[in-house]
Order: sequence, then structure tokens, then C-alpha cells
Amino acid sequence: MSIFSLALTVLIGVLIFVAFFHFSNFLLDYFQVKKSKKFAWENSIRVVIFIGPAFIVLFVFIIYPVFETIRLSFYDKLGDNFVGLYNYAWAIKDPDFKRSIINNLGWLIVVPTLSTFFGLVIANLADRIWWGSIAKSIIFMPMAISFVGAGVIWKFMYDYRGPGDQQIGLLNAIAVALGFEPQAWLTIPIWNNFFLMAIMIWIQTGLALVIFSAALRTIPKETLDAARIDGASELKIFWKIIIPYLEQTILVIWTIITLLVLKVFDIIYAMTNGQWQTEVLANLMYDWMFRGGGDTGRGSVLAFCILIGVIPILAWNLYRHKQDQKV
Amino acid sequence: MKKITLSSLFSQLLLLIFVIAWIAPTFGLFISSLRDKDVLAISGWWTSFTTTEVNEIYRTEGKDAQVKEGDYYFIKSNLFGEDKGKEIFRFGVTSKNIDEYQVGESASFKDETEITVFENGDYIWKSQEEFKKKKGKRVFVSAKSPPSFTLDNYKEVLFKEGLGQAFLNTFAVALPSTLIPLIICSFFAYALTWMKFYGRDILLATIIASLVVPLQMSLIPILTIYNDFGALFGVAAKSYPGIWMAHTGFGLASTTFLLWNFLKSLPQEMMEAAKVDGATHYDTFIKIVVPLSIPAFASIFILQFLWVWNDLLVGLVFLDKHPSEIILTAKLKELLGSRGENWEILTTGAFVSMTVPLFIFFSLQRYFIRGLVAGSIKG
Repeated sequence: MSIFSLALTVLIGVLIFVAFFHFSNFLLDYFQVKKSKKFAWENSIRVVIFIGPAFIVLFVFIIYPVFETIRLSFYDKLGDNFVGLYNYAWAIKDPDFKRSIINNLGWLIVVPTLSTFFGLVIANLADRIWWGSIAKSIIFMPMAISFVGAGVIWKFMYDYRGPGDQQIGLLNAIAVALGFEPQAWLTIPIWNNFFLMAIMIWIQTGLALVIFSAALRTIPKETLDAARIDGASELKIFWKIIIPYLEQTILVIWTIITLLVLKVFDIIYAMTNGQWQTEVLANLMYDWMFRGGGDTGRGSVLAFCILIGVIPILAWNLYRHKQDQKV
Repeated sequence: MKKITLSSLFSQLLLLIFVIAWIAPTFGLFISSLRDKDVLAISGWWTSFTTTEVNEIYRTEGKDAQVKEGDYYFIKSNLFGEDKGKEIFRFGVTSKNIDEYQVGESASFKDETEITVFENGDYIWKSQEEFKKKKGKRVFVSAKSPPSFTLDNYKEVLFKEGLGQAFLNTFAVALPSTLIPLIICSFFAYALTWMKFYGRDILLATIIASLVVPLQMSLIPILTIYNDFGALFGVAAKSYPGIWMAHTGFGLASTTFLLWNFLKSLPQEMMEAAKVDGATHYDTFIKIVVPLSIPAFASIFILQFLWVWNDLLVGLVFLDKHPSEIILTAKLKELLGSRGENWEILTTGAFVSMTVPLFIFFSLQRYFIRGLVAGSIKG
């Protein structure tokens, strides 16, 4: 498509929504004025106009699919016949599923921990150094990059050439310079998972960093100064004052990154496509959505497993929301 | 006093290590995208800043270029074709001994023709008999190559590999997928904040629950709906409006939540004053809420736009892979599969896909961070 037809499609798509809100409200106002006295249904209709489109989208794209996916997990590959727990029984026996669960757990432990830790350390360092804000910008930058783009960047870092050739991947060049054999990093089972996780950590540290930076400023300066006057070392201040003070923030960052990691798909799809024992649930699910014409039953079971992972966070969020509403 | 400087020095050093570790991958990619593809394939990007020694093979011109001067036939030309700033210091005519001769010396081929190669790549090939072969002979050179960068890879990738079109497609996906949720969610958030209706609290709780529902839960049912819809009306199941609505759906909860958070911080008196003056909710929304919300809109716009721009999964599932619909991330993944060893294409392609996010990042970093922080306080 040419740039003009694309632009036109975009414009029309957006204008439809603007027009809907404008004209429906305009009509409502018009009739209200005409009747001159308060039109009893005015408020109700207005509410419907305001929440209608969003509610329809919410229902069609989130609420209905959640229940539909759960229903489909009990049906066969085309979603026609009820098969009970057959798909779940398949999953438990499937070696790929087992490996995905293990890999996902590995991701869940390593990535949030290291991202949060690096973020906290860097935020602390950057806060005290005059060129700290430039450093923060640089470390934060990967947040703007797509997972696939990051995949290319790191695939280039991990590039492997035979032992005699000149290495063009930085990691192997360093390995060779230090006197080791070059490695095809992404094809070594178990360890390759960590090389993939490094990409996610590289991206998410920036997120932890900016949030911690904002939170660090809320620590009362007097507390820190008092500790310094008492002769506490910076390391001690970090562990005894800063970490306890930021407990809530750490928890929040941990959840955000956990949510992201549960859904991790792009990095693995771009880098190894699940080969060499790197598959995770989201990749296995994508695979089953299309493998052999697609199996909605198995795909749904895998999606449901991801949902189970977020349920504790969901419950906690709702609980906190309820507490807030009371205040 | 000395202890403090030492610890501060240590902090600086540690931070510097972090910064280098974080910037090196991206920087390497950027430098590589600017390098000549032949050099890129055989040497690390970190060597590109210094003059390096390279061994290369060139072929002389064939019989068509020969001229007769006196008793001899000559072919005079330049090995590099055009001047690339390389300096030859040794050359050879057999693969066994590729640096047999100094520049300026004459080397003889097996057929007793003689060739002299000069520093700048010029050569004179002399023969007593007429040159008969259409193809020239191979010459091996060792040259000093100065740092050189080129935009050739960008031309190649944008116009020949179809990344230019994918770039436009991504815009066509990302703009409506950002604006539509912003429009409908601002009304939604307004209603959730300032209108009274039955079921409001349940709706709010649903939004908060939806924030964390993984989009994988939606893929299969939505794809089924689209396929049925497409079959029923005889239209394509995968289309731009389809993906706009999918992105709207997946971004709805977070957009609404962020806006709701912002709107409830606005002073209640203002809304009541407007109501007393006889303004309808729509008037209040357009004339008071929207102007006040511009900074919040900017933050949310950036977050959602970057999310959509960088998305791969939704684009893979809800759009076709043919050139008029493929998005940048999907195209890049396709190149990773088909052109896995052509690093000049991959590095350049990746950098092209990063231009817009990086531009937004550097020009609107303040709003980006504000959005992220606001979203994280709850989220």
C-alpha cells in the first residue's frame, strides 16, 4: 500500500471514534435543550455513551476470551468436542511442557532478582555522582528498544566463528582474548537460557533504575545525614536504611518484571525459537496455536498455565485497591 | 577525608563499568550498520576505529581493457575500482604465497605475463602476446584499511529488503492503536471518576484485574472471532482495523487505569463549579478535563505507542506476512531466519526499527519516565 492510502486508512479509523463521541453527545445535548426541562434519562444515556465503546472492547477482548480460553482447554483441537481433562493429561506427560515450566521458573527467579538488584545498585551510585544522570539515561535506553531489536543486538554479541577465524561477536572475542575456546553460546543447553535471560535483564534494569531513582528522592535527607555523622559506611547505609525504606518499591518493581517475564515470548522466538531446550510457556503456546493446523485445546491449556502464574499478583492488586478505596 | 575520595572513586569506576556494559551492545550494532559489508563479515566492530591490515582478493580486468603500446600489450587499471583510501603494502599472485611481493615490484604469472601493483591499487599488467581471456586474474593484496563508514547498508535495507514499507506499515498499525484507546479510555476514565452509575466499583475492579491478565489468554478466542467474521462477510480475517482493535483491547486496562489515576487527582470543586454553571458532562470533558490532561495524555501516548511499535506477538497473530502488512519486528524476525549470516542487513534493519523509539526516548524522556513511574506506583 502506498503512503497515502495508509494515511487515509489511519485517519478514517481514528475519526470514526471521534465522530461517535462527538455526535452522540451533540444529539443528546440537542434533545435536552429542546425539551427544555431536565430529560430524566439524560444521565443514563450519557453514561452509556461514555462507557459503551470501552466496555464493549473490554468485554470482547479481555473478559469473554478469559472464559472462552478456559472452556476451550476442555475441548479438542478444533474446539468442537468436550474431552474433559485430556489436554491437561497431555500437558503433564509432555516433555516440552515440563521443560517450559522449568525454564519459566528459572526466568522468574533470575530476571526479576537481578534486574531489581542492578537497578537499585545503579540508582544509588548514579545519585551521588555528577555524571549520574547521563549514566541513567544510557542504562535506561534499552527500555525503548523492541525485544526483537534487542534480540538482533545480542545475537550479534553472541556470534560464533570457528576457533581459527577472527571472532566478530564481542563475547567470543573477549573469551578468545582471555585464552578460552570460542563458544556457540546459544546452543549449549541449560546455559543458553541464562544468555537469553541476560537480554531481559539488560532491558528491565532500566525500568527498575528509574523507579528507584524517583523513590530514592523520597528518603529524608536527615536520616541519611544522621547515619553518616554516626560513622556508618555507605554499604551499611545501603543495607540498613535504603533497602528497608524502599521495601514497597522493590515489591512493586518485582511484580512488574515478574508479569513481563511470565509472558516472555519475543526474545526466545527471535533468538532460538525454542531450540536447544530454551522453550517457555508462551512460545510453546504460540507453537501449538499453529502447529499442524492449530490445536486450540492444548494452546488454551498453556495460556491458562500463564494465567495461573499471575493470579497471586492479581489477588494482591485487588486487595490493595480495596484498601485504597476504604481510605 | 582520603577514605571518602577513595570510595567515591570506586563508585565512579563501578558505575562506569555498568555504563560500558550497557551501551556496548547497542553501540556495536550501530557501528556495524555503518560498516562495509565485506569488512563487517571478517572483523569485529571494535577494530573499525583504527587502521587495520586486511588481506583481500581482487580480480584484474580482462582482454577488453587491453591497449597496445610498442611491442607489448598492457592492461592498466585500479584493483579497487574506486579509491577507498586503502593502502596496499604487499601483494601476491598465487594463493600459496599471498604476500610475496612489495608494492612496486613486478610479479609474473605462470603464463609469463607480468604485473606491477602500486600502493593505491593501480596496476600495470604487461604481456608480450595479446590477452585472450575475458576474465582477469586473481591478485592477492595485503592492505592497510583506514576507518571507513558508509550508508550503503541503509539504502539496501530500506529499498531492496522492503524495510521501508514495513516501516510505514508499523506506523499505520501504531498510530491508531495508540489514539483509539486514548480516545475511548479518556471517556471511560472520566465516567469512572466523575459520573455516578450502578456497577461502577465492579467495573473498576475488573479494570484492575484486567491489568495483569496475560494477552495469551485472548489470542485463540479473538483469532476465532476474526476468522468467523472474515468468513461471514467475505473479508480478510487479518487486517489493519483488526489489529487496531486488538491492540486497543490489550492496552485498554492500563490506559484506563493510568487516566483514572490522573483524573481523580483533579480538584473536585472545579467539576462541581462547571456543573453549577450548567455545563454538561461532555462540555466539562472537552473544555476542562482534556486541556488539563495533556501531560497525562502525552505520557500514556508514548507508553502505548512504544508498546505497539515494539510488539511482535500481536502483529504475528493478527496481520498477514505479505509486504503490504508486515510490521518491522516481524520483518526483522523473518530476516533473522533467512539472512542469519548477513550481519550488514540485520544490524542495519535492527537499527532502522529502533530509530523511532530512540527518537521518542531522547526527545520525550521526561514524559516516558513519568508514565512509567505513574504506572508502576500501582500496576
